This record gives sequence, C-alpha cells and structure tokens, in this order.
Amino acid sequence: MMLKEELEREYMRSGHMGCPGCGVATTLRLVLKVLGERTIVVIIPGCHAVISANYPNSVLKVPCFHSAFEIAAPTAAGISNALKIRGEEGINVLAVAGDGGTFDIGLQSLSGAADRNEDFIYLCLDNEAYMNTGIQSSSSTPEKVWTMTTPGGRKGRKKNLMQIIAGHRMPYAATVTMGKPLDLMEKIEKAKNIRGTKFIHALVPCPTGWRMAENLSAKSAMLAVESKLFPLYELIDGINFRITHEPQGIPVKEYIKIQGRYRHFTDSDVEALQKQVDEEWERLVEKAKSCI
Amino acid sequence: MKTLLQGNYAVAEAVRLSRVQFVAAYPITPQTPIYERLSDYELEGKLKGVMMRTESEHSAMAACISAALTGVRTFTATASQGIALMHEMLHFASGNRVPVVMCNVNRVVAIPWAFGSDQSDSLSQRDTGWMQFYCEDAQEAVDTVIQAYKIAEQVFFPVMVCIDGFFTSHFLEPIDIPEQEMVDRFLPPPDIPNRFDIKNPAYVGNVVSPEQYMVFRQKSFEDMEKARGVIKRVDDEYREIFGRGYGYLEAVDTEGADVVLATSGAMTSTARVAVQSLKDKGYDVGLLKLRTFRPFPTKEIQEALKGVKKLAVLDRNISIGKEGIWCQELKAALYPLKERPTITNYIAGICGADVSPEMIEEMVINTLKREDAPELPVWVRRDQ
Ligand code: SF4
Repeated sequence: MMLKEELEREYMRSGHMGCPGCGVATTLRLVLKVLGERTIVVIIPGCHAVISANYPNSVLKVPCFHSAFEIAAPTAAGISNALKIRGEEGINVLAVAGDGGTFDIGLQSLSGAADRNEDFIYLCLDNEAYMNTGIQSSSSTPEKVWTMTTPGGRKGRKKNLMQIIAGHRMPYAATVTMGKPLDLMEKIEKAKNIRGTKFIHALVPCPTGWRMAENLSAKSAMLAVESKLFPLYELIDGINFRITHEPQGIPVKEYIKIQGRYRHFTDSDVEALQKQVDEEWERLVEKAKSCI
Repeated sequence: MKTLLQGNYAVAEAVRLSRVQFVAAYPITPQTPIYERLSDYELEGKLKGVMMRTESEHSAMAACISAALTGVRTFTATASQGIALMHEMLHFASGNRVPVVMCNVNRVVAIPWAFGSDQSDSLSQRDTGWMQFYCEDAQEAVDTVIQAYKIAEQVFFPVMVCIDGFFTSHFLEPIDIPEQEMVDRFLPPPDIPNRFDIKNPAYVGNVVSPEQYMVFRQKSFEDMEKARGVIKRVDDEYREIFGRGYGYLEAVDTEGADVVLATSGAMTSTARVAVQSLKDKGYDVGLLKLRTFRPFPTKEIQEALKGVKKLAVLDRNISIGKEGIWCQELKAALYPLKERPTITNYIAGICGADVSPEMIEEMVINTLKREDAPELPVWVRRDQ
C-alpha cells in the first residue's frame, strides 16, 4: 500500500509545457512521487524532455540530464556506476524514454545495459508514435493505425517489446498505466528496492497524437487495461509472469472508438483486433499459470 | 628503467597510473589490446573502479560522458569505424564540457576495408570541440595521456590522444613508465564536480533559444582559447618532473631554413632520419613536428616558419575534394603573414603504406626545386 505521504508529495512542479491531458506528464508525476527526492532523472529527446525544461527552468525538483536519443540506458548506467564509485548509496537513477527511444533507436543500447544488469529503472513512456516530432509511426504503433507517416494505416503489428525484455532476464519488468495509478505506484516501489536493470513499460495516452479529447486520457488508459488490450503484469527474471489486475473484458471497440487514429477502422478491422487481443490475453494467462 | 612494451600496453599503463575510475570500451582493431590490458588490470585489482563492456563505441562514449558529469575520471579508446560511430557523442562530450580522455588509434575508415594507419578518422572529427594531440611514439603517448587528464580537468574539454595504428600501437619500444608516486605528485586525485547533486538539483542540457545557444558556443570557443595556456603550463610542469615535454609542436632548425618538412605522428621518426641525411648532404632543411591539432597552434607555427621559403607538408590523411588536412590548416595559419613559404603537399603512408627515409628526402628535394607550388597534392607511393 502507498503511504499517504507518497501520494501527496510532488517532484514535478506545475508549468510543464505539455498539451492539456498529456499522459506523459501525469505518468512521470506519479513515478516521481514514489521515487522521491533521492532520484536522478535521465531524459532523452521526446515530449517528456521538451515539456520538462526550457533554459533556465525545470519542472523537475530532482537533478535531470537531457541526454541523446538512443542512449537513455547507457547514460543512466554511467551515472549509477559513477555514484557507486563515489560511494553515494541509495540514489535512484531513472531513465525516461519514449517508444521511439526504446522500441526503435535505443533498443540496442538498452539491450547492452540490461545484459550487464546495470542498476537503474528504465521507464518507457509508450504513446505509440513519435509524438514530439508530430505523430510519426514507430515500431510501437499498432497495426492499421493512422499517423502522419502512415496515412493509410501502419503495416505490421506493434512490436512485442516485453518478449524482448524477457530475453534479457531482467530482475524486474512490469507494465503500468496512469489509468491504474495505485498499481503503477506499487510497481515503481518494488522496482526501487531491487538492484539491477528494472524495466517499466507504461502505456501513456496522448490526446494530440491519438486524436482524442483531452479529458479522455485517464479513461482511455483504463479502457486499454479493462479490454485486455494492455494487460497489467509483472515479469520476474524474464520468466515468471504475474498478472496484477484481472481485466473486466470490456470490448476493445470501447477503447478505440474514442480515438481518431482508429476512425477508419471497419467492423471487420475491429473484429480482427478483438481476436488478436483475446489470443494475446490467453497466451499471457497460460504463461502466468505455469509460473505459479 | 625502461620497459619493452607495445604502444597499446603503454597507453593502458598510463591509464592505470592516472588512477582512472571508470572505463567504458568496445573492441576494435588496432585499439583492442588497450581494452584487453585494462581488463587484466581490473582482474588483478590494479585498476580500481568500474570497467563497462559496452555493446558499441557509441554507448561507451555515452557512459563516459554521464559518468564524467557525475564526477569521476573516465577513459575510453577507439579507432576508425568506432570513432565514426561515436561522432554524435563527440559533439555531446564537448558540449557537456566533460573531461573525458580517449585514445584514438588511427586507422583508415572503410570503404575499402583495411586496417593500416591513417589520421583521417580523428582529423575528420576536427569540429567536434575536442582537444587533439598526435603522438610520435609510445613514450609520447604515455606522457600525453597523463598530461591529458591534468589539462582536461582544468579546462573541461575532452581530450583525444592519437597514435598511429600498428606502427605505434603494436610495435615494441623501450618505454620509461613513470613511477606511480611521481604521477600522483603531478596529477592529483580526481576532483571533478558532480553535476547531479540531489541536494542542489539542476537540469543539465536544457533546450535553449537561438541567442542562448550562441552564448554557449561563444563561451566554449573562448574557453578553448584559454586552454592554450593550460596546455603549455602542464607540459612545462611535466618536463620538470619527468624530464620530458613536447610543446604544441617541435621545430628543429626551422627558422630561415631553405626548406622545412612538416609532419606529424609516427612518420615524424622517419622524417628525422631523412632530414639528418639531407643535412649531411649539405641541405639547409628544418623539421616541423605538429602535435596539437585542436587548439591549433597558429602563433607557434608562424613563429617557427619565419623566413622559411619553402614548405613540404607530409600528410597521412586526405580530405577528398581539397588536400591533406594538416596542409590546409598550415596554409590557413600562414596566410596572415606578409612573407610566407610556397607549400607543396605530399600525401603518403595512407593505410600504413610504406614511407621510407629516401622517399621523404625526395619530397624535400622536389619541394626545393619547384618554382611554384602545385595546385593539387602530390601522391607518393611505391609502385606495386
Ligand atoms: S503530443 Fe502527446 S505526448 Fe506530446 S505533449 Fe502533447 S499530449 Fe503529451
């Protein structure tokens, strides 16, 4: 259980420059509440970086380094090792990257750091496209979804990143979303107390890129979970799955119908997606069963 | 006492003696023996701190930068494709004003694929804001690495120490490895600020406006100018303690000479032999060994080449579409002078191709004979 103090404290000041309803800002705020003041943040290009600081201001109350696009992980590893060398204990190093910086350009360097089991938390703020540059497709963009570079819908399915993460046998990995804030904060609390590379995959609604009303961020995140499209689970040592929330099984149509990026979906597109979601969910349940 | 060592191992000794706390590296020929030897030191407990075996040179430099920002002494080594892959991070290192020291073992950049020495890999990183030193031999490499930390940690610029692939990196040379105690006296323990102090949180690397960006660039430019004095002071101090110093450059009998041969790196040793032989034959010839590439020693060059009529510049590199890179820089440095030498550029030894003293003698004599300097560089190589 979260302490009242943790729920109330803030390490993100008001005045970030994100769009109204930005899921990136809300998610980062929740994460920092748990990590607290003994935290160093590594941020890389993406909305999370651009909205956090314009010289000489910063919305973060903790030290932050705006590093380069493909190096969130080795940057964080450099800091955590240097802290060790300096004998500074008990400081969390948090690497924050978007889906572009994680699924695509930063995947190699994340793999390297995870392979060495470097000590930091990697937070992937996945809004399923390159939003900071104006909504271009990444390998996290779902199949057939509209972006500026896939005006006819993206070909190919969203990369299954957690499978890749599993291959690295990280001590802790989890999926989270701001739609289930307590689940999110509890997972960050766990990650905080484990040594080695921890990977947090957060689905973050982006009203601008998802072509959605700005008051629907929390709702869309909740629907992603309850429709089984984005299940919440933990993955220990790359082998043990534990589902942390039993979804209600709301039709996936409810999730996509509030988002303009799915507007062109036909009934059969929706049906095909529902089938995929159900199959993936069954696979996850099987894996989780065998782990108990 | 001198030890027989290959240049790569000598560089590793210098890193150990400099009490480096953080090494991040990735293997690439001909640099790999540095990485291997440092790994041995780590196992033997001779290198305290952390050795990070990264998955690329790009990540190695990324980790060195963030570790240096956190306040520790860092090292990496690379070559060729490795430094090319790092290019983005080189800008990043100097922009972040970190005192990272890197040894670059000069090797050609593909394509064609090959392994021999060629300075183009590092010279083409000219505008990344790094200090660059080119060493004649392994002894100079050892001394320059130790000096590099003292310079970098005062001026907050990264330093690249370059040695020739194979000629310097792999050949055995008798080297004087300084005593740890003496190095400690010269180079104090790291005292590098931690930019991520949780008690005084700051944001490093914010987004800035165009005017602010210019302010930062101008500041870096001015600080690099100030670094000139530091390089000299550190070299003088080193000479006092260890009896060896190198200056920005070395000018041997250049002033007023009929002809001067300018060169850099390992080829300088061959050039010394050629110049001596020419002197023995009665020629009035001087030698200019170029060591510091950035900051570029314009004043020192103007001074050294006063009254010189002809200059032969020997480049083991090529900027396609122009000429040898040292030659371009020398021309620019000499331009403000009213009387300046005519300059002939020789491209030789690319990819470690053989350059004999006889070939260099011919270049010098050829330069003397010419009335005008040729517009294009002269390519010199043995026929095959
Ligand atoms: S584009 Fe999306 S992710 Fe970026 S600031 Fe706006 S809402 Fe947030």
